[in-house]
Amino acid sequence: MTELFQSLADGIALGSTYALAALGIGLVFGVMRLVNFAYGEVITAAAYTLLLTKDLPVWARALLAIVAAIVLSLMMEFVFRPLRKATPATMLVTTFAISFLLQNAAALRFGTRGEAINFLSGLNQAVTLAGVRVRYITLVSIAVGAVLLAATAFLLNRTDIGLKMRAAAADFQTARLLGVPAKTVIVLAFLMSGILAAAVAMMLAVQRPLATPTFGFLVVIPALVGVVVGGLDRLLAATAGGFVIGFATVILSDLLPSESRVFLNSALFGLVIVVLLLKPDGLFIRAGRSAERL
Amino acid sequence: MRWIRRHWELIGPVLVVILVALIGSRTSDSLSLQFRSVLVFATIAVALHVFIGNSGVISFGHISFVAIGAFAAGITTTKPEVKPLSFPELFPFLADLNLGNIGSLLLAAALGGIFAFLVGIPIMRLSGLSAGIATFAVVIITNNVFRNWERIGPGAKTLTLIPETTGFVQATFGLLLAILVAYGYQRTRHARMLRAAREDSAAAESVGVNVYRQRLLAFTISGVLAGFAGGLLAHLVGTVTTQQVFLDLTFITLAMIVVGGIGSLWGAIVGALFVAGLNSFLAEAERGVSIASMDISFPTGTRLVALGVIMTVALLFRPEGLTGGRELRWPFRSVRPREGQGA
Repeated sequence: MTELFQSLADGIALGSTYALAALGIGLVFGVMRLVNFAYGEVITAAAYTLLLTKDLPVWARALLAIVAAIVLSLMMEFVFRPLRKATPATMLVTTFAISFLLQNAAALRFGTRGEAINFLSGLNQAVTLAGVRVRYITLVSIAVGAVLLAATAFLLNRTDIGLKMRAAAADFQTARLLGVPAKTVIVLAFLMSGILAAAVAMMLAVQRPLATPTFGFLVVIPALVGVVVGGLDRLLAATAGGFVIGFATVILSDLLPSESRVFLNSALFGLVIVVLLLKPDGLFIRAGRSAERL
Repeated sequence: MRWIRRHWELIGPVLVVILVALIGSRTSDSLSLQFRSVLVFATIAVALHVFIGNSGVISFGHISFVAIGAFAAGITTTKPEVKPLSFPELFPFLADLNLGNIGSLLLAAALGGIFAFLVGIPIMRLSGLSAGIATFAVVIITNNVFRNWERIGPGAKTLTLIPETTGFVQATFGLLLAILVAYGYQRTRHARMLRAAREDSAAAESVGVNVYRQRLLAFTISGVLAGFAGGLLAHLVGTVTTQQVFLDLTFITLAMIVVGGIGSLWGAIVGALFVAGLNSFLAEAERGVSIASMDISFPTGTRLVALGVIMTVALLFRPEGLTGGRELRWPFRSVRPREGQGA
């Protein structure tokens, strides 16, 4: 029984981290119809910033990581500008190319073996709650995930600029005609996704304290799959999809007998195919209703 | 002459490929390997084009067919006396099977096609990004199974001692064969129906096109070609690992057809020659080359960064690809007035 609770806690923790990454991808997709593979490198940039600022106090490292992620995210927005009218295939492959470029640049500068980040490693200690041993970072991940998701929801639903973002996501051209500042909305989406990337990097840096060139790529792949499985067209569904992928990863790996645990990816992605076949528009999109984005 | 002109979309690319092969075969040993690898990459790109170019659906899954072809061709040609020692877990029938060069390529093509057909039966029902992610799941699963199931392949180890039979003759003929198949398919009514569905799937269905069936056909044909290209790849360098036929290759081959211009056979070939040629050139440059008595040498590791930069720039400045997704046009002005409204 306690094992079950432990699995659930770990699943919720990884799920909330993936949900943040999924939200970051979904925000940008909403306003630009662009699936950004290079989002992983924004996360990686934040992780390397944590590595390079080892000697500074924790708050300064966190702040600099957020700044680095925002800067890279906004740079990407600038680079993607010529692509706004390109075909989806070109957009996708271009973000792939940028991801490839940044990963290899990181490998050139830092090597592929990885370096210890050493960020808030004390959070890996466990606390016993009602007989279940849970690591602090598990609780922190859940809390950070909940707070950031709530903050994003507040911004989108209760503020003026949030309303404009939702309008742009629903129908970009019409929103522009009605006076929604397209540039502001897009820049804001990239800015928010940068902040989310930094949060993801910090949560993961505690648990997987090795900065490697593929640090973020390995998160973005499942998050992206989650976004599509959940439902690309609605932000809430996309975020929930990210959560489900993280949650399912932990639960499946605990369910599989230890000798077949190496086939975890096969089981997980097999499940992904099944879900896609059953609900091609998204797991959390109600059938029959025309999908409203965001 | 009229025949040449009518089939210029085929003959033009064929001449370009033969020219590249002839130049390559006159070069030194290490450079020759680079040229041959360009030809094999181009074969993979043509395979990708058959499905992606005609259907407009992005597939991340084709490298799993390449992987199956590569391992099938590799396992069936390494010496039977080596196999039980290096890979004791292998199924006995695989350990005993020895097909020889041509047989192994045929097997690679057949398995690629069969696998693509089986995978396509469910997945071709999807479209757009859902289809993309589903094919992506296929490549992850294939890699995961090959890496961990040592009864069907080398597992996480390297499959070595494969006879290196992909010389210039086989690499060139392999690519030409793939081009011929792609061109032949492109001219059938099946491909025309699929391209109609690519432009407007609802309109195509309303005039009786079964989009699902046409996609499945294209997916299977391109699976055959991808498996075949995988076989050529295994015989090119004599070694295969699961990482070699995974995400990096997926990305680089997709980049080839997009950089060249998605939607045309000519685009796939130009893109493949450009990206793979660049990759090879940079690989040589890392080891130091001299061009026009200037010695150029880049520090190790810059190759992939430079490749990334050039591809990004190419895509940003020519989002529609180098060829704009059009087939090769007859280069000479026609003497007579134009017939009809073009092809």
